[in-house]
Amino acid sequence: MKENRVVALAGQPNCGKSTIFNMLTGARQYVANYPGVTVDIKRGFLRSGAGAIEIVDLPGAYSLTSYSSEEMVTRDFILNDAPDVVLNVIDASNLKRSLCLTFQILEMEAPLIVDLNMTDVAAGRGMSIDAKVLSRELGVPVASTVGNRRKGGRELKTLLEAVPKGSREFRLDYGTLEQDLLETEVELGTIFHEQTLPWRWMALKLFEKDDSVCTRVASIGERGVALLKEVERRAKEFEKKEKDDPASHIGYVRHLRAEEIERASVVRTPGANRDLTDRIDSVVVNRFFGPVLLLGIIYALYELSIVWGYKLTEYVVPWLNRFQMSVEGYLPVAGFWQSPMLRSLVGDVLTSINSVLIYIPIFLILFACIAFLEDVGYMPRMAFILDRVFRRFGLHGQSTLPLILGGIFIGGCAVPGVMATRVIADDRARFATILVVPLMNCMAKIPLYTLLISIYFVGSEGGMMLFISSITIVAALAVAKVLSLTVLRQRPSSPFVMEMPPYHMPTVHGIASRSIERTWLFCKKILSVIMLVSVAVFFLTNYPGLPEESVRGYERKAADIRAGFLREIEGTSYAKTLRDEDAFLRYLDMSDRFRQSRLAGADAESLVKRFSAEDATLASMMAGKGDEFRKLDKAAKKLRNGRLSLIRDASSERLNGSVLGRIAAFLEPATRFAGFNRKVNVALLSSLAAKESSVATLGVLYQPQDDAGKTLGERMKEQERGFTPLHALALMVFMAFYPPCVATLLMVRVETRSWLWSLFALVYPTALGLGCASLIYSGGKALGLTGLPAAWAFFGLLGAVALLLGMIPSANIEDEADGVVFERR
Amino acid sequence: MTLDEMNPGSRGRVLRNRAAGVLQRRLMDMGFHRGVEVEVIRNAPLVDPVEFLLDGQYVSLRHAEARNIEVESQ
Repeated sequence: MKENRVVALAGQPNCGKSTIFNMLTGARQYVANYPGVTVDIKRGFLRSGAGAIEIVDLPGAYSLTSYSSEEMVTRDFILNDAPDVVLNVIDASNLKRSLCLTFQILEMEAPLIVDLNMTDVAAGRGMSIDAKVLSRELGVPVASTVGNRRKGGRELKTLLEAVPKGSREFRLDYGTLEQDLLETEVELGTIFHEQTLPWRWMALKLFEKDDSVCTRVASIGERGVALLKEVERRAKEFEKKEKDDPASHIGYVRHLRAEEIERASVVRTPGANRDLTDRIDSVVVNRFFGPVLLLGIIYALYELSIVWGYKLTEYVVPWLNRFQMSVEGYLPVAGFWQSPMLRSLVGDVLTSINSVLIYIPIFLILFACIAFLEDVGYMPRMAFILDRVFRRFGLHGQSTLPLILGGIFIGGCAVPGVMATRVIADDRARFATILVVPLMNCMAKIPLYTLLISIYFVGSEGGMMLFISSITIVAALAVAKVLSLTVLRQRPSSPFVMEMPPYHMPTVHGIASRSIERTWLFCKKILSVIMLVSVAVFFLTNYPGLPEESVRGYERKAADIRAGFLREIEGTSYAKTLRDEDAFLRYLDMSDRFRQSRLAGADAESLVKRFSAEDATLASMMAGKGDEFRKLDKAAKKLRNGRLSLIRDASSERLNGSVLGRIAAFLEPATRFAGFNRKVNVALLSSLAAKESSVATLGVLYQPQDDAGKTLGERMKEQERGFTPLHALALMVFMAFYPPCVATLLMVRVETRSWLWSLFALVYPTALGLGCASLIYSGGKALGLTGLPAAWAFFGLLGAVALLLGMIPSANIEDEADGVVFERR
Repeated sequence: MTLDEMNPGSRGRVLRNRAAGVLQRRLMDMGFHRGVEVEVIRNAPLVDPVEFLLDGQYVSLRHAEARNIEVESQ
């Protein structure tokens, strides 16, 4: 069997490489108008007459050094995996700079085909490139394409299908360095027994002081080390003579050759439409309009995705409920006061999954907005505007988007936020961003905020919302700075050198497909984890279960309630059927479903008809007229309430006695300083899996003592006499810094490639949150502050801390300013 | 003078790239080579970073990085 041919796609960021990949393979793939968005290697297949050709999309790289992971990945693939052809995609409007990469691939002696992409953009700038001349100058085949309009694909495919002719040797003349290079090449040939890498390429890398090649030569033994010393001596001598170091000289020679080739192959028409991009930028990054527009864009992002998306969830919820109900239909029938384990377990898992699935409309819109901003080319401008602010705190201009996605004001999600940190070029700032994104206000934190504000801050709701949304960004800045000065200190920091790509008009297809793809990816990554976690939480909150004594007590009460019900309907035609225990339970199950369906809007008559198929006698008890039915209905209502409060009592007792409840009780002495009692602890612990459930758990704990239909807020107020606005404030601040959900922790693991960082992302917010909550509660009590004044006092304190931290120079940035780290002499 | 000292709107020619290591490489990648003409386009709203035009491409640098490029103004 013939093996697949492998074509590796290489090119600089923003050359349209991903559109070429899509054009060749038809696969949907992440394409973004943002430097360096592809970090993973992506693969696809091109079907052709000569069998399938495998296309490998390598990360975009400006050159092939060992300074960044993108460049290393690309370089190692070309050298070690020896693809049959390297397809070098070139931005035709930017030929000179692109050729510097082409030279480096040629020097690796890889079989090469050049694809001149974005020829339309070049034409727009009055540049027309003669592919024949270019092909002659480089000695390799050259194709022309317009990737985003799928032009030139056939020609390119034909080139790829053809058996590559051994391309003629390409050699740049490095002039004054040439003699040193030649002698080093010869020396390399005698040291290494077999040639795994091209000698000349290695020699060039030695003079560029490339870490990985130097290590490789050193590893050969004494002769290798001697050669390194010799290269160093030659480099010093060269520097003295030429007043330029070899690395810079090599770059310069490539630049001159690229200029030569450009002169030979490009025809320029003067006066063509120069720079719409510049004219747009004079507004977009304008001192005054820039920030205003940025705020406008963030606002629009929220309005579109969170507000509109939330409205759309109303259409999704009924579907999800219907799904859950139909699954539950296949499970064993619920008992009178406790359900079979399988039923409650599956119910809990489904509820957790649904709580994530309802966000799908929000994610679709959010991802589409982001894709639009990326494709247009706005992202680098955003980084340009805000870099100054973020850099002070150890972040980067490119941290803006992750923070917005995380919920810089109110409502976001840390998962896409952490995902979006991938583009941050500076490693240290990237890690700092990953670790502070979960401090933002994700959508799941909001129910608790609104609950507490509606009880304890009546009349100043707006002020409190403003407080909670601005406190998190202030805290995030302070934390980022502390982290980058401490635990992240050792991580490499990179210079800020950012291309500002020209604006593009995005295509609807491109945006829609990427939004769908990212949402799908999100669901795939998250759902299995949510499932596992909800199972774990189920056991933590249900075991060891109720003591036998209580079980007997509940059984007795259940029997009483049932007996009372039967007494009330005594003498009716229903009594006989319902005296049977099994039929009674099925009656309860059916009336539950009946009520749920009624609430969802189904009409009674058709429901009765549907249920008749199951059991006609029971179905006839669901709706009806006449005295008999009225009697049943009245008794059923009483039964329902009695049962409900029994179930709540039992679940509250079960929760308090469970593993989680015991932990909560154990933690009480520590959380006392923050004003959290055991009930609050249980709610907070149980929301580790998903924060949405904090309110639901509080709902179970603060169960109604009568059937007056009081809201949870009223019940909390009634049952927690000692609970003050200060308690609520401490609780809200703790929620603001609440540890990330499992999905986020998983994403932190993906982006940092280490569980240790995930663990850190779990532990530090807990400590921070507890510390701040204790400070607020204990401090507020000591100073006699409460509610709003305490909130603003805390805000002032944290703000001052952040400002002071901002004053501390980041080690490297100052070094850069003094030119120590990156400067030569 | 160095590139960070030039005002928006002014033009200069690169004399030397004094940076080393990653920064030297990144600046070369963006085309900051001897003899290349650079135009300072604009400062960011908070002054730093700065946007430059060279060889038809827009590139932004922080002042700290631009300081490594020696230029003669034109």
